[in-house]
Amino acid sequence: MEALILNFFQWFWNLFGLWDSIWPWFQHVWPLAWSILRIVSILVPLILGVAYLPYFERKVIAFMHVRIGPNRVGPLGLFQPIADGLKLFFKEVLVPSKANKKLFIFGPIVALAPALIAWAVVPFADGWVLADIDAGVLFLLAITSIGVYGIIISGWASNSKYPFLGAMRATAQMISYEIAMGMAIICVLMVSNSLNLSEIVRAQDQGRFADLGLSLLSWNFIPLLPMFLVYLISGVAETNRAPFDVVEGESEIVAGHMIEYSGMAFALFFLAEYANMILVSFLTAIFFLGGWLSPVGFLPDGHWWLAAKVSFLLFCFLWFRATFPRYRYDQIMRLGWKVFVPICFAWILVVGVWMMSPFNIWK
Amino acid sequence: MEFTTFVFYVLAAIMLGAALGTITARNPVHAALFLVLAFFTAAGLWMLLQAEFLAIVLIMVYVGAVMVLFLFVVMMLDIDVARLRHRFWSYLPLGAVIGLLMVAEMALVLSGKYFGAEALPGQSMPAGYSNTKELGRLLFTEYVYPFELASVILLVGIIAAVMLTLRSRKDSKYQKPSEQIAVKRNDRVRLVKMDTVKDEPAAPAEQGGQ
Repeated sequence: MEALILNFFQWFWNLFGLWDSIWPWFQHVWPLAWSILRIVSILVPLILGVAYLPYFERKVIAFMHVRIGPNRVGPLGLFQPIADGLKLFFKEVLVPSKANKKLFIFGPIVALAPALIAWAVVPFADGWVLADIDAGVLFLLAITSIGVYGIIISGWASNSKYPFLGAMRATAQMISYEIAMGMAIICVLMVSNSLNLSEIVRAQDQGRFADLGLSLLSWNFIPLLPMFLVYLISGVAETNRAPFDVVEGESEIVAGHMIEYSGMAFALFFLAEYANMILVSFLTAIFFLGGWLSPVGFLPDGHWWLAAKVSFLLFCFLWFRATFPRYRYDQIMRLGWKVFVPICFAWILVVGVWMMSPFNIWK
Repeated sequence: MEFTTFVFYVLAAIMLGAALGTITARNPVHAALFLVLAFFTAAGLWMLLQAEFLAIVLIMVYVGAVMVLFLFVVMMLDIDVARLRHRFWSYLPLGAVIGLLMVAEMALVLSGKYFGAEALPGQSMPAGYSNTKELGRLLFTEYVYPFELASVILLVGIIAAVMLTLRSRKDSKYQKPSEQIAVKRNDRVRLVKMDTVKDEPAAPAEQGGQ
């Protein structure tokens, strides 16, 4: 890919006969330019996805409620995200007079930044990854654990009761579910014997069923089914989505940490929430659903499989929201600490014993 | 100047600034956030030393968990800054002595004469070298007993902390979610079969006020 684009540049500048004079200094800039090009090619689809996910959310939930959903702006309401974005962009960003101004502005930025940084290690297809590092999973855990700061800082800096309550709830909830998520990932690491996300996907393409051309049956979600469910549900809780959205529970604390925000500052929280949803879907697909692998042998592997899996998982997110009533706060804590963490411990033990036994299927 | 040296100085400058901010900030929340920044840049420095596992774990444990709880507590405290500064001068000599002691200790270690910091191996590692894997191998083979011992001590610490702080009053009321979830419809609602009774149509009322 890199050579292809370089060749294109060479052809383009050779049209003007300038390549030989440009190359001596261009070769020093090229690694940086190539990195930026790749970052842009990840971020632009991501931002587009983040813009259109709320539209699909409204449509999907509307169909589940036997309504029509947004249909006024453009054909089928397809320009609705653009209209919403423009509206938010032109609204004034109000800063409450008693708020801590610097941290008030800083909060939404901290919420969004980790949601974007984490994409550096996500592989989209074999070799299609920005940073193919060996400690990829650790990096992800570290970066996603920073996201909670955006909520705490904005909740505190707003200097108001409801945002503060939202911040407290967010802290407790996100730390609790991070543990369950980390434990679920430990099982994946044990069976795939690597911290590199690409290696984790490749490890799911090995085994008896993969050799028979049924890669579907060798994906992690079958031997690690409890961990798959724990990870998926913890992912919903970690992104503060319904039915675990007590952080912004409208009926109790209005909108939690987002109450005092307006305009683009509010939009940043929105972007962060949906970017995190997409990220968790990608990670679930990579850890448990075989990433870019095709489910059957006669179809080629590729990024479209990952896209299909992620779309299904995102649909599940919307489906949950339309289906389940909101959990009570103590029930959320109970589910995290008293149900998921013990299940994870038990399954780590099961997988450990399984790997040491003669029935080991991961060799 | 090499690029990594440049990065080192940038990170070191940010870290020193953040550390200064931690001890000079008037607002305790600001101080805690400065400490977070210091942890971050420290992780960056460790990354420069090719200790990527330690760097990432520093962010994961200290930034991602410990400092979040720290902020959690600091935000809820009602701290009177004036009272905190009240006896600043009387505590200054003790603080200065401790600070100087720490500087002396650091100098002793870092000057390398007595603790062999100069004898440490250089940074050049083969390309496929995985810090995480090597550390894991050492922990679970050579140092497995100290490692297990440390984890048992930590477990004891957790249980002790829970036992020391867990106080329940006799008159407080609890909800038991497991019982609530286990409730069946029959426990709450009784369906009663009743015959439909057809009322006699009431006699049409007298129409008055014609």
